[in-house]
Amino acid sequence: MSTASTNTRSYGAIGIGTLMPWIIGAIILIVLPLLLGSRGQLTIMSQMAIIVVFALAYNMLLGQGGMLSFGHAVYMGMGSFLCLHVMNASYFGSVPLPILPLIGGLFGLVIAMIIGSFSTRSAGTVFAMITLGIGELMAACVLIIVVFFGGEEGINGYRDEGLPVFGLEFISQLEVFYLIAFWLFVSAALMFLFSRTPVGRMANAVRDNPERAQFLGYSARWVRFVSFSASGFFCGIAGGLSAILFEIATESDLNVTASGVILLIVFLGGVGFFWGPIIGAVVFILLQTVLGLQTHLWELYVGVIFVGMVMFFPSGLAGIIMAHAVAMKLGKLNLLIRPYLTCVLPAIVGVLGLCGLVEMIFHMREAPTGDTEMTLFWTAIDTHHIWAWLVFGGIAAGGILLARHQAPILKEAWDQANTIDTPAGGTS
Amino acid sequence: MDLILVNLIDGLVFGLLLFMLSSGLTLIFSMMGVLNFAHASFYMLGAYFGYQISTVLGLGFIGGLIVAPIIVGIAGAGIERYGLRRVHQYGHVPELIFTFGLALLIQEVVKLFWGQNQIPYFEPAYLDFALFSVGDNAIKAYKVFMIFISLIIFGGLLYILTKTRIGMIIQAALSYPKTVEALGHNVPFIFMGVFGVGTALAGVAGVIAGPALGTFPGMAFTLGSIVFVTIVVGGLGSLWGALLASLLIGWMTTFAASYNIKMSSILEGIGFSKPEVLSDSMFQDLWTLTLPQIGPILPYLLMVLILVFRPQGLLGKRES
Repeated sequence: MSTASTNTRSYGAIGIGTLMPWIIGAIILIVLPLLLGSRGQLTIMSQMAIIVVFALAYNMLLGQGGMLSFGHAVYMGMGSFLCLHVMNASYFGSVPLPILPLIGGLFGLVIAMIIGSFSTRSAGTVFAMITLGIGELMAACVLIIVVFFGGEEGINGYRDEGLPVFGLEFISQLEVFYLIAFWLFVSAALMFLFSRTPVGRMANAVRDNPERAQFLGYSARWVRFVSFSASGFFCGIAGGLSAILFEIATESDLNVTASGVILLIVFLGGVGFFWGPIIGAVVFILLQTVLGLQTHLWELYVGVIFVGMVMFFPSGLAGIIMAHAVAMKLGKLNLLIRPYLTCVLPAIVGVLGLCGLVEMIFHMREAPTGDTEMTLFWTAIDTHHIWAWLVFGGIAAGGILLARHQAPILKEAWDQANTIDTPAGGTS
Repeated sequence: MDLILVNLIDGLVFGLLLFMLSSGLTLIFSMMGVLNFAHASFYMLGAYFGYQISTVLGLGFIGGLIVAPIIVGIAGAGIERYGLRRVHQYGHVPELIFTFGLALLIQEVVKLFWGQNQIPYFEPAYLDFALFSVGDNAIKAYKVFMIFISLIIFGGLLYILTKTRIGMIIQAALSYPKTVEALGHNVPFIFMGVFGVGTALAGVAGVIAGPALGTFPGMAFTLGSIVFVTIVVGGLGSLWGALLASLLIGWMTTFAASYNIKMSSILEGIGFSKPEVLSDSMFQDLWTLTLPQIGPILPYLLMVLILVFRPQGLLGKRES
């Protein structure tokens, strides 16, 4: 990403401004399970935390190093498989569970170093293709090498057989969540610090202009290799955490689909910012659980959102948020509230109307013949009646037309909110 | 001997099918400098449109073969015009991600309209007979038809690209877009056309491969990554390389699938003895390995080796 800027100012000094988000993050991690304490909610939050670690590790490559990997689930999956083998081993009784992710991380590091030794020679398409090939190879190996991967059933184990730490055996979901949250905090902090080391900075330089970086005397390949290995390490940690949470690892943890999902998450969140993938992971898991309960078509909606984001907001959700920074500094954010309401609200209504049409098409095809009634937005609808289609079509067209009509007003307000007022009256 | 001949024919069918996809993809690559992840999705759309036109609309198989690729080509050109051209300004990585997202989206849209399961799309009755037989193995007329169509398309493509004025302009626009534009040609329009034709070729492949390989929502992903492998192995941007790699991979996978060579016999042949209790051995998987088992991953192995030792591919000229 040539346009992305990853926090290039304030080298070195870590002030209270830098520490603040971390303190808030730690407080959220500690308080959240006390507010949302049901078993299901804890599982979803733990899953989110694991995906956040994985997404941050992936963004070390994509966002900070400019390397697009299509086989990154391999490193997480390998960490996961190894941790499950440790959990099944006879010496597991003397291994405290909290250090298990570290073992996964070291294994991820080793695998990443082996593969990175030849794949990081060039960035761009060749790198992407090698990672895709490795991803496919490893996914196929899972089914062939039964000793290590357990074939189609995968490997499972029990986390509570480890050495108790201060009397904790990690049986309850809450204890597991706090363990995962601890590792999330530590790895996020380490990844952030990595991005501020000289080699982390060089990764940005190599991403933006490898030739120039080489003229300065840095080996682009070596810089890429270091980023790749470090990313593999943190992916392995995520894998170890997933082994602890789910107690099982299968082929679906490291195939190319899993790698595609993480790419989607990171891009959705925003590759240009360190905290972008965190937003992406949280939003994606929420979409998956909330939308997944409501509709069978959630993957379609996620696909539309993803393609729309790439086309119109390539800097992701984080980019959208940060675009408001200028207006906020100028104290003109309030100028945007009204146009947002008049433009974005009709757009949302219109999109919901479109969703209604899509759901009706799906219902007409999937429902058994004779079953023409469906519930859509809490109302019963007869899909074989022309009125249902007309109403939803009307809502969709009306909402989108209104939004289009309001768009110039929004643009004007946006421009106004982003310009500094000149005292002599009239903005220029 | 019979088996070798049958495998040669089967491999040729698969290889030429791959070539129909990889030729379009490699042309699009030389034009945009980006691999189109959604290319195999257009192949899938071709198969579904072919089914819809031939059976549901009742135009027959030939009707589908003519109409479906045109629709796919128009869809492809539209996506280039309104999607890719917009994303192009952000750089190569977003472009690659865009085509990746498009592939996901097309798969979901196909699921929405045609469902999760394989659809009943079959070869037409007039091509469903044994044309000749090799030993005991009957060769279907449809296979010969597939070879025939692929060869016609290859010949046509080669003729247009090398012998006609349009082909000359396209080739020039691929190498020196600025100069060609200065000479008064509409280069963005040429690119859109090439993209449209490339996707239409994928559509043709879909229409004729749908009945043979099965038409289901996962067909794009199963073939898609093999097509990538093909053009990477052949050398990105090289049409002859794509042909060579397509045939190589076609034959490689077909032969691997039909010869049941066991790893255990090789190991015993070079002097290792099989352990008594196999399930206790560290290498039990090595002993039970067979060639058909590793057949599907051979192309990926080939690609990784090629990328490591000869990154420009078999016949490619430039690196990356």
